[in-house]
Amino acid sequence: MREVGIIGAGLTRFKEHWDSSLRDLFVEAALKAIDDAEAPEIDSMYVGCMSSGLFVEQEHIGPLLADYLGLKNVPTVRVESACASGALALRLGFMEIASGMSDIVLVSGVEKMTDCDDPTSVLAAAADIENEAFFGATFPALYALIARAHMDRYGTTREQLAAVSVKNHKNGAKNPDAQFQREVSLETVLNSFMVADPLTLLQCSPITDGAAALILVPLDMAKKMKDRVVKITGSGVASDTIALHSRKDITSLEAVRLAGERAYKMAGRKPEDIDVCEVHDCFSIAELIVVEELGFVEKGNSGRFIEEGNTEIGGRIPVNTSGGLKAKGHPVGASGIAQVIEIYKQLIGNAEERQVKDARIGMAQNMGGTGASSVVHIMEVAE
Amino acid sequence: MSTQKIWRERIGRYRLIGQKCKGCGKVLFPKRLICPECGGRDFDEEQMPDVGKIVTYTTVYVGPKFLELDTPYIIAVIEFNNGVSVTTQVVDVDPKEVSTGKEVKLVYRKLQAEGKTGVIAYGYKAQLV
Repeated sequence: MREVGIIGAGLTRFKEHWDSSLRDLFVEAALKAIDDAEAPEIDSMYVGCMSSGLFVEQEHIGPLLADYLGLKNVPTVRVESACASGALALRLGFMEIASGMSDIVLVSGVEKMTDCDDPTSVLAAAADIENEAFFGATFPALYALIARAHMDRYGTTREQLAAVSVKNHKNGAKNPDAQFQREVSLETVLNSFMVADPLTLLQCSPITDGAAALILVPLDMAKKMKDRVVKITGSGVASDTIALHSRKDITSLEAVRLAGERAYKMAGRKPEDIDVCEVHDCFSIAELIVVEELGFVEKGNSGRFIEEGNTEIGGRIPVNTSGGLKAKGHPVGASGIAQVIEIYKQLIGNAEERQVKDARIGMAQNMGGTGASSVVHIMEVAE
Repeated sequence: MSTQKIWRERIGRYRLIGQKCKGCGKVLFPKRLICPECGGRDFDEEQMPDVGKIVTYTTVYVGPKFLELDTPYIIAVIEFNNGVSVTTQVVDVDPKEVSTGKEVKLVYRKLQAEGKTGVIAYGYKAQLV
């Protein structure tokens, strides 16, 4: 297997883009990545997208987006695993280069969510439509069910849940690409209107338009092209039951734990080795459980761990320096790539005000549905 | 809403019939082709109990379009004593009375309707016992 390096990244601003279409957003991010990488050509392209069909009534977006990017006849694959589509696209591009089949691969993610008048129903399609959504379970509701169970079992408090949003908005305020670049207080989070008890509006990631892209090449080639190169050392994927109620333990996210273990094993790393991490905080409770599943804190102790500031920039393990899905925004198919871009920036020392000192090893965790799929990548500064 | 899909789901949603794996005895609801526990492919039909208990619940204030007029409503995971769990609404109750561990009974209710004159989809919801 060949080692794989990242040589370029491109991101649109994350926000409601009323003037831009799905294709405009993708092309903007992809061009930025190609320019950043100074890539001479693209051999192959992957695009993660959860639901162009339901959001903008367009399928077959692999060739469509390649065409609009001016990549004539390039092999192209659209990847879907709900909100984990982006990171899964990266995984497939990584495999294609590692296998030796291609040298320069564009991996990307895109979602145009604001063209649709019922995004809540579209997102519910990431759950079990027949056995959850059909009965009225929305995504916030499903994560609220998880939150309630975590509170019941471990004594996790509403304040601890809200602290996730406070921290992520604090980081997002320093990110010029974020949808919400402002801090919020604990009281504001707790007093924002209730979406699904105990989750208030400011504990739910927003509806966002955006795209993100990376250029991957074999590590040997990357080192010839760039002074500062980041290599992907671990890639783990796992799945779980689609319906939350089918899981043995509603307070666990087994796919996250397994994807993490697989990535750690491939990279030969442990949780203590990670300097900075982006996790899938689609709802506040998700970030709490994910830091448990990735091994940063014992099961059930994440509430206190976050409240004590361990996941702040400058803390033991900075989590979601970008602002996370909550403050940076969550264009679902793009989020997995955008997380990796934040880690890439951290590792090449380009994270500006959000820079984690001496970050050498980073991790990005992306998740689909209520954790029916999860993808974890470990990245390191290439010597 | 797809009439075909609603029709296909009738045995589970209308009659609470699932299956029991002949290999390992695991009870599954709704029916599947393969037992996720042991890989078995042979099953006997199994009637679900209509009484279970609340494992976790939430009051939903922002619903999908088809429930816009019904908010706030309660969604819960309900577990039967045969190991099966389902997700559905808890109805006819003040949200303050709902809590983890409480016993509920499944009742036959309208789930969704296609406009004022279209197909109506029925299924199970839960009431506190």
